[in-house]
Amino acid sequence: MARAITPRRKILTSGLAWAIGILLFFPIYWTILTSFKTEAQAINDPPLFFFFDWTLENYAVVQDRSDYMRFLWNSVIIAGGSTLLGILVAVPAAWSMAFVPSKRTKDILLWMLSTKMLPAVGVLYPISLIFVEFNLLDTRIGLVVVLMLINLPIIVWMLYTYFKEIPGEILEAARMDGAGLREEILYVLTPMAIPGIASTILLNFILAWNEAFWTLNLTAAGAAPLTAFIASYSSPEGLFFAKLSAASTMAIAPILILGWFSQKQLVRGLTFGAVK
Amino acid sequence: MATKASRSAARIMMAPAVILLLGWMLVPLTLTLFFSFKKYLPMRGDSLEGGLDWVGFENYGRFISSSSFWPSVQTTLIMVGGVLLITVVLGVLLALLLDQPIWGQGVVRILVIAPFFVMPTVSALVWKNMLMDPVNGILAHLWRFFGAEPVSWLSDASMQSIILIVSWQWLPFATLILLTAVQSLDSEQLEAAEMDGAPPLKRFWHIVLPHLSRAITIVILIQTIFLLSIFAEIFVTTGGAFGTRTLTYLIFQRVVDSQNIGLGSAGGVYAIILANIVAIFLMRIVGKNLDA
Amino acid sequence: MSLKRALLAVSAMVSVASTAAYAETLTIATVNNGDMIRMQGYTDDFTEKTGHTVEWVTLEENVLRQRVTTDITTKGGQFDIMTIGMYETPIWGANGWLVPLDGLSAEYDVDDILPAMRGGLSHEGTLYAAPFYGESSMVMYRTDLMEAAGLEMPAAPTWEFIREAAAAMTDRGNDINGVCLRGKAGWGEGGAFITVTGNSFGARWFDEDWNAQFDQPEWKAALEFFIGMMNEYGPPGYATNGFNENLSLFQQGKCGMWIDATVAASFVTNPNDSTVADKVGFALAPDTGLGKRSNWLWAWALAIPAGTQKADAAKEFIEWATSKDYIELVAANEGWANVPPGARTSLYANPEYQKVPFAQMTLDSINAADPTDPTVKPVPYVGIQFVAIPEFAGIATEVSQEFSAAYAGQQSVDEALAKAQALTNDAMEAAGYR
Repeated sequence: MARAITPRRKILTSGLAWAIGILLFFPIYWTILTSFKTEAQAINDPPLFFFFDWTLENYAVVQDRSDYMRFLWNSVIIAGGSTLLGILVAVPAAWSMAFVPSKRTKDILLWMLSTKMLPAVGVLYPISLIFVEFNLLDTRIGLVVVLMLINLPIIVWMLYTYFKEIPGEILEAARMDGAGLREEILYVLTPMAIPGIASTILLNFILAWNEAFWTLNLTAAGAAPLTAFIASYSSPEGLFFAKLSAASTMAIAPILILGWFSQKQLVRGLTFGAVK
Repeated sequence: MATKASRSAARIMMAPAVILLLGWMLVPLTLTLFFSFKKYLPMRGDSLEGGLDWVGFENYGRFISSSSFWPSVQTTLIMVGGVLLITVVLGVLLALLLDQPIWGQGVVRILVIAPFFVMPTVSALVWKNMLMDPVNGILAHLWRFFGAEPVSWLSDASMQSIILIVSWQWLPFATLILLTAVQSLDSEQLEAAEMDGAPPLKRFWHIVLPHLSRAITIVILIQTIFLLSIFAEIFVTTGGAFGTRTLTYLIFQRVVDSQNIGLGSAGGVYAIILANIVAIFLMRIVGKNLDA
Repeated sequence: MSLKRALLAVSAMVSVASTAAYAETLTIATVNNGDMIRMQGYTDDFTEKTGHTVEWVTLEENVLRQRVTTDITTKGGQFDIMTIGMYETPIWGANGWLVPLDGLSAEYDVDDILPAMRGGLSHEGTLYAAPFYGESSMVMYRTDLMEAAGLEMPAAPTWEFIREAAAAMTDRGNDINGVCLRGKAGWGEGGAFITVTGNSFGARWFDEDWNAQFDQPEWKAALEFFIGMMNEYGPPGYATNGFNENLSLFQQGKCGMWIDATVAASFVTNPNDSTVADKVGFALAPDTGLGKRSNWLWAWALAIPAGTQKADAAKEFIEWATSKDYIELVAANEGWANVPPGARTSLYANPEYQKVPFAQMTLDSINAADPTDPTVKPVPYVGIQFVAIPEFAGIATEVSQEFSAAYAGQQSVDEALAKAQALTNDAMEAAGYR
């Protein structure tokens, strides 16, 4: 909205926005800060907001107890793998829904979303038994498939809304020029859809990274991602705020950094067709 | 523009996604239905290989007649409703605020969306221990600083606390979607209304809100799907005590604590029914709004 | 399917026969308690001695239970060793899900395991899990505060004395709570504590015909006493405090007394973690003069799930981790106070260990606990702070949730007891006991 803004108004809105931003970010800030304190400082009364002896001791203790890199690597593979696989399956589906819509397109779309309503705990036994039968327990591929299926409806829907925004005339023009289906997708659609695909990938990577039920229940030592890593720090003996903070920071840092670097992309893309 | 050829091509392209999701829906659902009619107590030695006894609708009757069933449905609806209300109302206000010209817009936006990146387990742990702990939590310090008695958040205000935690996680999502919608608002129309002397509240009510309705429905739909299955936040904080046992959590207790798979599966079927009631309700609205 | 299974079984037998001497990689699920984390630090010693390597899956207690239970009931076979407790072991053993721990080596000296522990980890005389550490519960108190209050802790106090002492020690201005006790929902948390408190008041879970007993006056007396005392002298929000929360409070010097697991003694007397390390005294868990004390019996133990193909290597690990040598290894590196307690008779005969301030009280507490006769009246079940039937975990978690709601003042004692009574009888009916 390009309008003349009085400086007073800008100060006011900026102040308010910053206050809310800081308030919302505070729990994360506090966690990161506490991870650099000793256990005694972590529960100091009054709380220490900045001035204390910064220490890396908690990170050393956590790393000593559990091999962070292995959990991290599993998280990357599982979240990345399920997202890519999901995109591969979803792009053609979303494409056909967007450009060759039929009467049932909307129903199919909504049906897909409804598959997400099966509560995970209710199917813990069925899924576990299937995993046992097919030797998928504690394998990355098993989790990649499950997380892909869980997020597929969201992926399809997001892509569908992006594709829909691509004007049909462009396609027709391409066809007039003799472009086949393959060329159409490769040279016309893909470049236009890249921002949408990118933000879809981002959102699903985040969702898969943070999924904590299946990743915990279907893994043991081999394929355990960061959600399992954090489960060993959630309630240890004695004073644990600082170590819990260090483990928490380690678990969320990669995705936080990724999110920050790509926030413009995410903000632009996260519409779900909310904007016509 | 759709030719016969492109129709069949479209069908082929849709097939993998549809087949996969159909399998993902049908296989566990069939097994759940199967178990729900069986006596399946693994701790008592029941197993698939050994054969399970058919008990008809006994599990369904027992699940619904348990004194915890209706309260859990109520808890679920209150929790989902509460989070939706908070995230949508605050999300709209925040989106409008972030749309204004402010200094350091990028940084503020980063601060606001950050909670969305935190995994549910971690956010529950952080809120429970570092913020809400009645002795060492930062809120207790704050309360004491103002001379008040610290609140035992997770026992005395358990439902509100969990709604607060979950809202904190989902507010960024709502804000982001609503922000893109706000940004697409036709500023000329707004300016014209301003010229006509329409007060801000009226402008919001008659121009902004109708424009956002589609985005709001989408926020509600997507969040509801995720919120109906909230688990980690309850598991970590109250373990279902103090009136925070949702239907999902009740099923968890039947399946994992009591090791009664038949009963839990019957509960799972009820949960699917509840989810679909909510979904039909939602999709009526969304379906109308989705017609592009 | 059966053919596949048969093939698997055959190949398993072949591989056991042919790989017995090879180095294996064991996957061990364990709980994130201090002693287990210490054990992980010594894994290299095991690898050096046997050639086997270990992959640890360390989980918080509730997650661990959920994970290993699902694994054992679905025959997931993800773990070669599971850390389980005294509640699970006899039930799983009876179902044939665990490898019997027989044929242990002579130097392991299985007869050295404390009889109470061995009994609790056996089913029909067969040992199914070896205790890594064992515990009872006892009173831990601040000697300085007790002195300042002008009181002296008897070796075997009554609940009435505990309340008097709590009243005398409470100092809200200085953030000192007279007594810290578990109120957190969960059968292994507040559920365990209120059950043993009930025992000392003469309450019981079931009568001889498996009827729930929450409508009896003993339960009401126990709950009213507990809530009355905790509201007056307990920490704020005690309804959500479990073992860890109370340990943290006690270590910060915010509790006058704490009645909890005997293993906590080494944490509260450890100067690295505790601000009150040199001011802690110990006493037996309190009673009400009815002949039963409110102390429990528990062991975290290592068991081998029946599905594993590495049973031999797993047994080697268990022999290593629960051996006398392991105790000495820890003692040599970290001092006698930090060895895993409560598992072996020889430990308590060791003159070095007898110098540890809480050693004798721990042993006395363990010996005072009798799982076959937990309370004043006769009961049809085995177990002190639990009832050793498969349905108990589910029932007791819900009962303790009702109790916790009463602790938080959200319902009256009578309401909580009525709900507990109804849901327990419901569940027992469903399970076919009544």
